[in-house]
Amino acid sequence: MAKTAKGELSYDIIRIEKASRVRKKVMTTLIYIFLTIWGLLVLFPFYWMILTSVKSYSTYNSEYIPKFFTLAPTLQNYVDAFTAVSLAKYFTNTILFTVITTAVMVIVTVLAAYAFARLDFAGRDLTFTIFLSLMMIPNELVIITNFVTITNAGLRNTFTGLILPSITSVFYIYLLRENFAQIPDELYYAAKVDGTSDFKYLMKVMVPICRPTIITITILKVIECWNSYVWPRLITDDSAYFLVSNGIQEIRENGFGRENIPAMMAAVVVISLPLIILFLIFRDKIMAGVSRGGTKG
Amino acid sequence: MKTRSAKGWLYLLPAILFLGVFMVYPLLDVFVYSVEEGYNSASQTYFGVGLYNFSYVLHDPYFLQALKNTLLLVAITVPLSTGIALLISVALSSIQKLKDLYQTVFFLPYVTNTLAVGLVFMILFKKTAYSDGLINLLINTFGGKSVDFIDGPYWAKMFVLCFYTIWIVMPFKILILTSALASVNQDYYNAAKVDGTSRWRIFWKITLPMISPTVFYLVITGFIGAFKAYSDAVALFGTDLNAAGMNTIVGYVYDMLYGDSGGYPSYASAAAILLFAIVLTITCINLMVSKKKVYY
Repeated sequence: MAKTAKGELSYDIIRIEKASRVRKKVMTTLIYIFLTIWGLLVLFPFYWMILTSVKSYSTYNSEYIPKFFTLAPTLQNYVDAFTAVSLAKYFTNTILFTVITTAVMVIVTVLAAYAFARLDFAGRDLTFTIFLSLMMIPNELVIITNFVTITNAGLRNTFTGLILPSITSVFYIYLLRENFAQIPDELYYAAKVDGTSDFKYLMKVMVPICRPTIITITILKVIECWNSYVWPRLITDDSAYFLVSNGIQEIRENGFGRENIPAMMAAVVVISLPLIILFLIFRDKIMAGVSRGGTKG
Repeated sequence: MKTRSAKGWLYLLPAILFLGVFMVYPLLDVFVYSVEEGYNSASQTYFGVGLYNFSYVLHDPYFLQALKNTLLLVAITVPLSTGIALLISVALSSIQKLKDLYQTVFFLPYVTNTLAVGLVFMILFKKTAYSDGLINLLINTFGGKSVDFIDGPYWAKMFVLCFYTIWIVMPFKILILTSALASVNQDYYNAAKVDGTSRWRIFWKITLPMISPTVFYLVITGFIGAFKAYSDAVALFGTDLNAAGMNTIVGYVYDMLYGDSGGYPSYASAAAILLFAIVLTITCINLMVSKKKVYY
């Protein structure tokens, strides 16, 4: 009697375990399906833009029902994008703008972060608090006066006018200062005893130790610069100074003389590619950086 | 000590110069602009001080349209994007295989140029003479009628704008939520497992309370971000947002400042301050609610 009860019990356990295993499998499958659907939603616009960019103008316009593939891919649209409109100009403008803005930002940020983290001077903590409170100021509030300042200084349609207000990032100063502050004081005193100057200590010790953080803020700033739209739009109306965001808008509105969507998509691909490549190379750094201090959400 | 002090300020000098000229001064100046009545940007004169600019902006139909658009956008995208991001993140943290691949793919919209990829959405949704566009064909196969999402009815344009906005803001939310989920102490789950708690109950009673500070952080930044929506609308509907009836508050500010309707920094300032006041109020409300609901 007792024996059969025990047997039934173990049978029950096996059955329950089996049922829960099946349930778990079903659940896992559902999760993968759900994630894949979102993944396709994310990837589809990219696929569509690449696909459209290799369809010829006549093929694209003759397809009432757009095809999901093309048998006669062409690179003509890319040629058009670089010859018929000033995409190359927008591209070099953006590279120039991004490189200078980021470089100056890194220098300013490193110096300020060093002052806050390492040097002692009267009013340091108060200044740091003021800096921190500046983080809350939305760009929309200050952009109006900046627009007037730059216009009155006669810097519209110049790189100086584009770059100057784009340099400061309080948040990056804060981020780097936190990192600098983690370096033990002993290192500093040891260097002092050896007669190392403050600047040399900064360049030879602190910057190399904090290189990962500096790289992170550099990449985040590059992304920001590459995508900046509002300020360039306000300050440039001469298309010789357009950056890619304004350039693509210009291409859309006055572009190829006719509505040439495949060539427009080729331009979109060219504009999107640099950041996507950058992302695939520095994936972990970018994601860590964004989760520590990214915005856009 | 004095030279050391000077040295500290020397290192700070560049940052202070940039911040002073392009942040602190403009911040004070924007309030000055907003109360200068009848400011003329050509002669740089004004004839009075008062609140007329605010009253003008609040009675401007374009501003009211922009306000309505922005509020709708906020009300739709913030809860939806946060909810979907939560679902995706929970799903993402319950798998091991291919997790990295999914995470990489999900993050892609973050590194794209909003203006450029917006054009792809435009051609997917746009109805033109030679094609109804892919989305409309999809609607047709399910028996619906074609709608022009870009130049058509208001609800359709709003739908695309919300859709695109959610697509754009998702990577940030997924990233933040996934790392919050990863940091929940595994002991809680093990204890729940011993008690035979169901998945559903675990989610509501353990996971959600544990990550509630992060969720609220995302709601707050989501509100702020959505109130500042602008470039996604430009990407879809072009630079003349007033004509499309799809302007946002930020777009209104810039239109007042520059372009065909520009040259009115006073109105722009008044609108920007109104926007800031709205955002500040909402953020304070959010913080008060979070004090009651969030488990720290």
